Amino acid sequence: MKTCLTAIISSLMIFSPMAYADKWSDQFPHIKATGDIPGDCSYEKMSKKNYKGKTLKINTHAIPVMGEPTALHAEQFEKLTGAKVEVTHTPAGDLYSKAMVPFQAGQAPYDIVFGFSNFINDWKRYLAPVPKKYMNSPEMKDVTKSHMGVSSWDGTMYQYPVDGDRHYLKYRKDVIDNPEMQKKYKADTGKELKVPTTWKEYGEMAKYFNGWDWDGDGEKEYGSAEVMKKDDLMFAAFFSRSVAYAKNPRTPGGFFFDLETMKPNINNPGFVEALTDWVEATKYVPPGGTNFGLGDEIGSFGGGQTLFSFSWDDAFIAAMQDDSPIKNKVGAAPLPGANKVWNRVSNSWENQYNQAPYIVWGWAVGVAKKSKVKDMAFDYLCFFSNGANHQADLAIGRFGVNPFKNSDFDPNIYINSMGWDPEIANSYTKTLLDMEKSNNRVFPLRVPGVFEFTSAVATGTSKALAGQLSPQEALDEVAKEWEAIVSRVGKKAVQKAYAVGVKMEDNKL
Amino acid sequence: MNFKHKYFFLFPGLFVLIGILIFPIIFVVRLSLSGWNSYNPGLDYIGLENYIRLFTDDPRFWESFFRLSFLSVTTVILQYVIGFALAHMVWKDIKFKRFFRVLFLVPMMTTPVIMTVIWRTFFHESLGPVNDMLSIFGVAPKWLTDPVIAKFTVIIVEVWQWTPFMFLLLLAGLLSLPKEPFLAAAIDGASPVRKFIYVTFPLMAPISIGAIIIRLIEASKIMDTVYVLTSGGPGTSTETSSFYIFIKGLREFQMGYAASMSFTYLIIMIISLTIIAKVLTKLLLKE
Repeated sequence: MKTCLTAIISSLMIFSPMAYADKWSDQFPHIKATGDIPGDCSYEKMSKKNYKGKTLKINTHAIPVMGEPTALHAEQFEKLTGAKVEVTHTPAGDLYSKAMVPFQAGQAPYDIVFGFSNFINDWKRYLAPVPKKYMNSPEMKDVTKSHMGVSSWDGTMYQYPVDGDRHYLKYRKDVIDNPEMQKKYKADTGKELKVPTTWKEYGEMAKYFNGWDWDGDGEKEYGSAEVMKKDDLMFAAFFSRSVAYAKNPRTPGGFFFDLETMKPNINNPGFVEALTDWVEATKYVPPGGTNFGLGDEIGSFGGGQTLFSFSWDDAFIAAMQDDSPIKNKVGAAPLPGANKVWNRVSNSWENQYNQAPYIVWGWAVGVAKKSKVKDMAFDYLCFFSNGANHQADLAIGRFGVNPFKNSDFDPNIYINSMGWDPEIANSYTKTLLDMEKSNNRVFPLRVPGVFEFTSAVATGTSKALAGQLSPQEALDEVAKEWEAIVSRVGKKAVQKAYAVGVKMEDNKL
Repeated sequence: MNFKHKYFFLFPGLFVLIGILIFPIIFVVRLSLSGWNSYNPGLDYIGLENYIRLFTDDPRFWESFFRLSFLSVTTVILQYVIGFALAHMVWKDIKFKRFFRVLFLVPMMTTPVIMTVIWRTFFHESLGPVNDMLSIFGVAPKWLTDPVIAKFTVIIVEVWQWTPFMFLLLLAGLLSLPKEPFLAAAIDGASPVRKFIYVTFPLMAPISIGAIIIRLIEASKIMDTVYVLTSGGPGTSTETSSFYIFIKGLREFQMGYAASMSFTYLIIMIISLTIIAKVLTKLLLKE
């Protein structure tokens, strides 16, 4: 009886939006898969708002990642409410300053500013807290606990959740699970071909599958696509490789710094081992791969050029889109680990397996405190992430919108609306959900002057990738720079902010 | 008209000059004496701290400066040679002279950022057409990922974009040259090469100096090409002073420190360009 009831309710939940589909999906084909989904900021609700004569100004990322959905939802919002929405597109590296310059000058040229969630410490004093009516909405109640934490500081939410990010491994399932390939790999290397669980295995497999046509499409394929371009996102790729060697669950009290002394850990042997692996990786990326930004990585793995990739969801979603040549040929798995992990207390390696998810957080967006159209701005953000838009956005890799709601982890969404193979949908949602449950997670820095810290990492690691410095020399340089930044910002200020992140990593928050 | 009236008429121009030139420089100097950054906005006073840091603890700034010197001198020399050759070519009576004059100016009329994006696509090592074509000969240069080659890629794009500017100035110079020396050389039976070495080139010297200095000033601010093409990479191999100042000021938001770098850079450029202009004048206008 219970099973029967569940089936009826599930069917109703799946098909009920279809009733709205006729009314709204004709006008807005973007939501054709689900139609409008009832909620506080649904198409139906927004159509009843009247913002005629009002202008909303938004600064967002360049098209496509986040820039394209921002513009698309702006256009929809205009049609529904009569508002005028002006969208400015800015490269990722300049999002911070484009908002900070007017913020510090006491101006608000943009009502809504997009950025990364780790800007929160620097931005929060210039942003309006999310009003209670949105906090209490059913959509907000669906946001995962970790992403509520990501968007908030000291219990106040400053960033409206529109995205949830983490790094994980993506691989070509049609190769890794292919018995012929497994046999060939075993014969040639004496090792098993399987989803890599360590970075060393990842490197060995990537090297083996580098530079030959292993999928028979007449083109050469390569080992791995990674964000290696010296910009402000490569630091995240480096941390993804570092967590396995340097995040030791037995040494709480800080991954990036020793919280007590605020001495950087960034040049300890764990991080150096990760950078050494990364330098090695330059040998198995596609030609020009060391100049790949996020867009290149998405295009490369999503276009079927490489065996592996790791970073945000986007490359995986791009690979699973209908127009992808490798739809339903890819798999998701946790980031590889390592067979040893550095113990920074005993100053020695522990020879045991270690794996740590890196919760990279994601795109963040806030409303300027000095905006004169705050109500409209929050309505836009609420509309941006309403049920129908969110589900449609999730299916488009280049949009950069990734799961952050509990309901996003239901594999049926991907099977029914996006035509994913059930096995892949299950492995994808399980991979993401397991990260939420892990007790050995790493969160990015959320300290004052965060851009100085990440920029120093980008410069140091890119010098190592270019062969200008050895991994140890490069990270010693980064550590020296980090010490100088801590000293300039003030040890206490950085320590206080870092303590919040450490609490999350140590599972005390 | 008395003395005071003269000043009255000078005032609007003076006011504009103060507003757009003097005030920003004074503000940069004041900013450079502050610790303005993302967590501490405001013009506090920290004395010469930023300058001390720059001169004692920031080798990256000086490395980027020497890199800039190499890039700007190389690009301007190439632009001068190619620009002079092209201007000389269309100065003569050749077919489709007008067409070529316009054609050679096209790169300069395009938007640098857009064109650099296109060049980046051309030089993309796995998807770009350049390596696709070169693969016929079995070569695939690492245009954007090799620290040495990447510098030359930047030079190629800069030369392509700004040679037309040099061409335009030099063509204007050639068209304004007096005809008599050329007639005299022709009567003396001078070959085209001798005519160029002993007549055209010396007569063009003052214009050449002006063109080279103008282009050196512009080239020393090279930023958009580096920003779009390589982001200063691989590593820091194409990072120039202006790009480094941009990173410190507008990416890391160390406004005070970036201002001290900008002001130091301005002083260095004024001194070095003055020296270069004097040396060029001495070399080219010795007679």
